[in-house]
Amino acid sequence: MTDTSTPSPPRGAAEQGPAKRRLADRVFLGLSKGAALAIVAILAGVAIFLTAEGIPGITASPDEVKSGETFLAFVLPLVFGTLWSATLALVIALPLAVAVALFVTYYVPRRLGHTLGYVIDLLAAVPSVVFGLWGMRVLAGKLVGPYEWLEAHLGFLPFFAGPASATGRTILTAGIVLAVMIMPIITAIAREVFRQTPVLLEEAALALGATRWEMIRTVVLPHGRSGMIGGAMLGLGRALGETMAVAMVLSASGVVTFNLISSTNPSTIPANIALQFNEASGLTVNALIASGLVLFVITFAVNFAARAIVNRRKEFSGANA
Amino acid sequence: MSMRSVLRDSVPTTAARTTSATAADGPASRRPAIGIDVEDLDIYYGDVHAVRGITLAIQAQSVTSIIGPSGCGKSTFLRSLNRMHEVAPGARVEGTVRVDGRDLYAPGVDPVLVRREIGMVFQRPNPFPTMSIKDNVLAGVRLNGTRLKKDEADTIAERSLRGANLWDEVKDRLNRPGAGLSGGQQQRLCIARAIAVEPQVLLMDEPCSALDPISTSAIEDLIGQLKDEYTIVIVTHNMQQAARVSDETAFFNLAGVGEPGQLIESGPTTKIFSNPDNPSTEAYITGRFG
Ligand SMILES: Nc1ncnc2c1ncn2[C@@H]1O[C@H](COP(=O)(O)OP(=O)(O)OP(=O)(O)O)[C@@H](O)[C@H]1O
Ligand SMILES: [Mg+2]
Repeated sequence: MTDTSTPSPPRGAAEQGPAKRRLADRVFLGLSKGAALAIVAILAGVAIFLTAEGIPGITASPDEVKSGETFLAFVLPLVFGTLWSATLALVIALPLAVAVALFVTYYVPRRLGHTLGYVIDLLAAVPSVVFGLWGMRVLAGKLVGPYEWLEAHLGFLPFFAGPASATGRTILTAGIVLAVMIMPIITAIAREVFRQTPVLLEEAALALGATRWEMIRTVVLPHGRSGMIGGAMLGLGRALGETMAVAMVLSASGVVTFNLISSTNPSTIPANIALQFNEASGLTVNALIASGLVLFVITFAVNFAARAIVNRRKEFSGANA
Repeated sequence: MSMRSVLRDSVPTTAARTTSATAADGPASRRPAIGIDVEDLDIYYGDVHAVRGITLAIQAQSVTSIIGPSGCGKSTFLRSLNRMHEVAPGARVEGTVRVDGRDLYAPGVDPVLVRREIGMVFQRPNPFPTMSIKDNVLAGVRLNGTRLKKDEADTIAERSLRGANLWDEVKDRLNRPGAGLSGGQQQRLCIARAIAVEPQVLLMDEPCSALDPISTSAIEDLIGQLKDEYTIVIVTHNMQQAARVSDETAFFNLAGVGEPGQLIESGPTTKIFSNPDNPSTEAYITGRFG
């Protein structure tokens, strides 16, 4: 910039820039502050609503609600189902998404990679009803055979104890549908973070005699770790809150079981709300809202956990490199 | 040409090697370093013809510096010596590069193996940020798929860090992140990482350009020591540095705007700096360039 030893330029011109920029800075600061406050306010509003409306449902006695149970007995199986189906979805989707992102970024010609990436992004925009319909009409039927096979051959594992569902509309099917739904978003984010791997580091690995896979292992995956966790959490959030797809696919009976292929399956909080809300009245409504509050808390907890994982090895993250 | 015959005459003998302390405690005792023979090398980036017709013999166990104006293809040439060039999309070469008599670009030669023999140090220090100092040093060794025993790993790490003159500064914090070191220390860490895999040749692309004079001088000293064991090729913009550290100097220049870079002249550093054959070499070295 301007060197103090050189004759000073006309002052007006020199001062206008910074002044103008300061105004723009202020406007931007105001806007971003406003947006941040708005988000907090909305969140607080939602939390207050859920709490206020939910508490009567929590304290209601069993004979006042449709389920005929205490709130805890009502909500725990749902919490289990929600976490279980979302976990299944994540376990299926995350490795696939990372593999697809790596493949698209490092193993196909650049052009083709861009096209594939674009297609993946489009997939992320497909509404969940479509996935629900597909899961219910197509996938479930196709999975009956495999489920029977699993029961026959891996039945000694609690996951596949059976009896295999005749419709295929099991928690595993729901998990697969959810996985398909959240894969695009995880892939898109993973692809983005992989693309941002510093070339300097990639070359450092290659120059040491790394194969492409070794380069990915030593540089790309560690560098993309926090991004991948972020993507996984976004996906998990979507899976936790997914309503339509689960409601359509799953034939639920509110049990708590790790059995993946039987016809008695746990339900999830959002699917349960969607299915019950229309016919609910009185304190049953409050109980459903309270289950929503529980979901809200779970989502928060998941996010905090993710943040904690991301921060744990911050000094090794390269942020200070 | 003279360099070529010099190479023949000095095809490495083992005499110099036995004096080296570090060679003795290595798991595999080192072979003598090897020279590189470049013949009529053309280098391209897609349609861009970056470097034309390089013929140059790089001697074993010596330091060869490559000097020349910006954009004349020094980095490009250097990267063609360990097949890092082809990492860029569309990049290719024509001509031959012989290392120890073997053609680097012959079909069937695995670039991955080439790069294990011919290490590289980059302009900007690039330690792996997610790894500790020790893991950085061992990164290349671990790539070979070998599981290191703890004491083996410790030995290699210490030997490499000592070799890079970094041991005393980091021995108490081997498990701290490599990115927490100063720039000069990071660069020496990168050198330690490169020599941990015991390559034959070490390529350095302006290794000191991001460093202060003290770190620079530390690295120059290090280069002086390393040439007992390695064949070193260094790209530098610093004439004094080339004069200080190198035995041979090659001057590259652009034939003209938009033309590929060429080798103008090469020879013993003392000759190039005192009595070059080509007037443009003298002009560049004395700063009367362009
Ligand atoms: N990835 C690339 N794609 C296309 N052209 C490239 C690429 N890298 C370098 N070039 C071109 O090749 C020529 C040589 O570049 P190179 O980086 O080898 O020069 P250099 O001598 O190392 O310069 P400097 O001293 O500035 O580092 C330049 O014209 C440059 O524009
Ligand atoms: Mg360069």
